[in-house]
Amino acid sequence: MLRGLWTLTWLEIKIFVREPLGLIGTVGVPVLAFVIVGRVLGAGSAQPDSPIRGFVTVGFPVFVSILIAISAVLSLVTIISIYREGGILKRLRATPLRPYTILGAHVLVKLLLSAGTLLLMVAAGRRYYPADVHAPMISFTVALLLTTSSVLSIGFLIASVIPTARFAQPIGAAILYPMLGLSGLFSPLSSLPPSSDASRTSLMRCIVAEPFRLSLFLTWVWRIVCVE
Amino acid sequence: MPQVIHVAGIRKTYGRVIAVDEVTLTVEEGEIFGLIGPNGAGKTTTLECIEGLRTPDRGTISVLGLDPVADAYALQNRIGVQLQEAQLQKRIKVWEAVDLWASLYRTPIDGNHLLQQLGLADKRNAWFMTLSGGQKQRLFIALALINDPEVVFLDELTTGLDPQARRAIWDLVRGIRARGKTVFMTTHLMEEAERLCDRVAIIDHGRTVDIDTPSRLVSRHCPERAVVVTTRSNTDDDAFSRIPRVTSVTRADGEVTIRGEGDDLVANVIECLSERRIRVTDFRTDVPTLEDVFLKLTGHSIRD
Repeated sequence: MLRGLWTLTWLEIKIFVREPLGLIGTVGVPVLAFVIVGRVLGAGSAQPDSPIRGFVTVGFPVFVSILIAISAVLSLVTIISIYREGGILKRLRATPLRPYTILGAHVLVKLLLSAGTLLLMVAAGRRYYPADVHAPMISFTVALLLTTSSVLSIGFLIASVIPTARFAQPIGAAILYPMLGLSGLFSPLSSLPPSSDASRTSLMRCIVAEPFRLSLFLTWVWRIVCVE
Repeated sequence: MPQVIHVAGIRKTYGRVIAVDEVTLTVEEGEIFGLIGPNGAGKTTTLECIEGLRTPDRGTISVLGLDPVADAYALQNRIGVQLQEAQLQKRIKVWEAVDLWASLYRTPIDGNHLLQQLGLADKRNAWFMTLSGGQKQRLFIALALINDPEVVFLDELTTGLDPQARRAIWDLVRGIRARGKTVFMTTHLMEEAERLCDRVAIIDHGRTVDIDTPSRLVSRHCPERAVVVTTRSNTDDDAFSRIPRVTSVTRADGEVTIRGEGDDLVANVIECLSERRIRVTDFRTDVPTLEDVFLKLTGHSIRD
């Protein structure tokens, strides 16, 4: 039933790693940003009454988590649309490979890369941040799987409807970034204008914003692991 | 010979466009069958319906006794497919592609041996994007053969290749038939069809126009051929006219053009020249081709 899954997953990881820009954008940039901010502000935020403590312990981890999620989704949208446009998916369809095996392989790749990125960040957090580390690894892993899968499902949805790979990044960004504002990640929902209520309660919220609420959960778990 | 592909009255439309219209054909075991016609004639749509990649609006298809749509996964284990304009991941290595394809089938053949047979052994560590057009097509043939299929589908296999690479691919296709496989191919290159195919179906505007061996199609639709003789001697044109089945003899600029029908025309003209000891400075034949057949049957050139 899952014939070819592991071969395809391992192959896709290798192909992804061979694209230097993709690897830098997905893994390098979030970790580097985390390390730089940690080195610059980490020591200063150690004091409980430090004005930057909130930013370092909450705001910035949220930002980096979102960076990882956005990067994974946009990367997935681009890859799948290139595969579709280039006939690679059609070529695979002419084999006994099942569609869900192909999708599953890409989800696994993104999960593994996200996990790898987060592990690097955990290591950086231990080194540079005033963290009192507690690691509920089971809940963290469950949260990671849930949130990444739900966010990636948006990627598959976008990739399935965009006309060409050229539009993948801009359309993906145009859908994903407004979601951030609606999801209440950066400010409490109560502080958002009343006009946004309709959006949040609409189908958009159900389909689009909820995965980011899950991302908020991931961030919360992640904050427990790395910072608090 | 047993039939391995049976297509009866399939039709496929896209909106108002009729891509395939009542196509009916059969393919026998062990033959190279060609679907020939211009771009947009419906070749690829027909092929993809037979492969199970598209579902016809009506009509029936049987491949190795299986329904390509209902029995897709059972059929995919028994056929090999090369698609027109399909690509692979740019940075996938040759051996990785073969290894992935081999992992998808129950009984794959040895990928390294296959690469060796197809002249790709020294390219096994090369990325797909660094391969030449001919090497990419050879890799696609390798992927189509990795499961040791009973039927191989090849869609416009040599389009865009230089003549040398094209001839090398033709030899590979003949090699596939020599292994007892059935080959179903599409091409818009008439020379390719004439040289490779045991039988061809001419398709135009989604309809099959005629099906037979290339030579029989030529004999049936364009039986007339010409022998052009250049000579400085004064020849008796009546002698040429008396050759059996000659239809016309014309003379222009020292060239005598003898038109007629039948396979014996050339031999009879040579015999006539020899009997009369006519000194010939040039001699050529003008034999109709599948392209002439296509022009006659459809009213337009395959390049239009």
